[in-house]
Amino acid sequence: MTDMLKRGSIAVVGAAESDLGQVAPHTSPVDLMAQATLRALDDCGLTLKDVDGLYVAATQVRMGPMSLAEYLGIKPKVFDGTQIGGSSFMTHVAHAQMAIQLGLCEVAVIAYGSTQRSVSRAAASPREFNPYESPYRPILPISAYAMAAARHMHQYGTTREHLAEVAVAARKWALMNPKAWEKEPLTIEQALNARMVSYPFTVRDCCLVVDGGGAIVLTSAAKAKTLKKKPVYVLGVGETLSHANISSMPDFTVTGAAISGPQAFKMAGVTPKDVKMLSLYDAFTITPILFLEDLGFVPKGEGGRFVANGGIAPGGKLAVNTSGGGLSYCHPGMYGLLVMIEAIRQVRGECGERQVKGCDVALAHGNGGVMSSQCTVIFGSENSL
Amino acid sequence: MTDLTKQSPLGTYVEHLKKGELAYQVCKDDGKAFFYPRAVAPGSGSSNIEWRVSKGLGTVYTTTVVHYKGEAPLNVAMIDMDEGYRLMSRVEDIDPMQVKIGMRVKFRANPGDDKTLPYPVFTPAGDAK
Repeated sequence: MTDMLKRGSIAVVGAAESDLGQVAPHTSPVDLMAQATLRALDDCGLTLKDVDGLYVAATQVRMGPMSLAEYLGIKPKVFDGTQIGGSSFMTHVAHAQMAIQLGLCEVAVIAYGSTQRSVSRAAASPREFNPYESPYRPILPISAYAMAAARHMHQYGTTREHLAEVAVAARKWALMNPKAWEKEPLTIEQALNARMVSYPFTVRDCCLVVDGGGAIVLTSAAKAKTLKKKPVYVLGVGETLSHANISSMPDFTVTGAAISGPQAFKMAGVTPKDVKMLSLYDAFTITPILFLEDLGFVPKGEGGRFVANGGIAPGGKLAVNTSGGGLSYCHPGMYGLLVMIEAIRQVRGECGERQVKGCDVALAHGNGGVMSSQCTVIFGSENSL
Repeated sequence: MTDLTKQSPLGTYVEHLKKGELAYQVCKDDGKAFFYPRAVAPGSGSSNIEWRVSKGLGTVYTTTVVHYKGEAPLNVAMIDMDEGYRLMSRVEDIDPMQVKIGMRVKFRANPGDDKTLPYPVFTPAGDAK
């Protein structure tokens, strides 16, 4: 599919979060989507009347495009509610690129909202019963990722301290992000000694449970040049599905990022060494380690040792999850849209204290389900074209 | 060809468990064992499927210990069966933290109850070949 898509044919022109953290009682997920959509439109100077493509996914809204179109009072020509978990929004970028390139729509909005902190994670994301898994009472999705971590530790000598390094690095970045949920420092010892949830994961190995949402606006490269802010071009996209339930994951130490990454790099015409910042879906501390390996930034099995000694913390070897990530900034349940927003802001140079210098190319990687869907988007500035 | 108006894949599997057997399927076209039970073999798309009864021996592929508030820690593990398929299960009769990757384990049927269908669990099998 990515062979048909053209590097830089579309750009992100608007990006915004909704209110994050803890929202007022009775706020709905669609309230948050709508708020973020209008903020993202304000960001680029477009209005609702310009929107003719709508892409929505959420766990609490079964038919997202319908609900948001109704709420906003718009009738999009193109719409898509592909729901593959937290990476849905990266897939929406690829699908919006198809539609915009073909001229089916001109201005596409991708939106998400969740009130999982307010209504509880169990209520926001009820799990399907699985007769082959449910009797064993895994705490899903946590136990699935914990078993991937356990296998990685066994096979490659990764340690619980390496996992804790990921949590501590995220916290250090979060302390530079005024929008981050977590405000206090975290040490390796605190992470290791926190409440055990699903071995080898303590609660500090697991993402936040907060409310929140976001939206981005995409349009053709030609139209993007006429708008308020510098366009952030979509250089490459890649996507893959490998399984639905963790029992069917072929190799717990290799994710579909090993497929989606090379697709995106090929389309973008860049290599890992060109990437100045990575936004890697960190639902759990093992995932940035797996994605650094599978996306080709470090050799297979070396992810744990790479993140050691502040490898991905501020001032480290590679700028990863500068927002503070799902571990310390915000994780409303399907965090992929916010994963992209940080990469977009880094390419724009809007990140203040945590800005990565000369960030002309940034990679956003989304993960969905239990490592089930993997989608990669590479963003670039005008200089990268 | 499975006639889904007569018998479901899960139904057949449960009938075996009630007899104390762990059943799995093999695609007769490509010879591959697969799990969970299906009406169509994955990959080949074949409905030329054979049910077989496992010898019940496997190896722990990976493991975790889940902590529910107010309950004893509970093992959850992935088991690679000697016949070439993998399933989620639990290793019993051992401290959950002592369940190790590479450990040999043996099947036993848990009868389930009013709310839960019978399901397979495992116990340590020493150095069983």
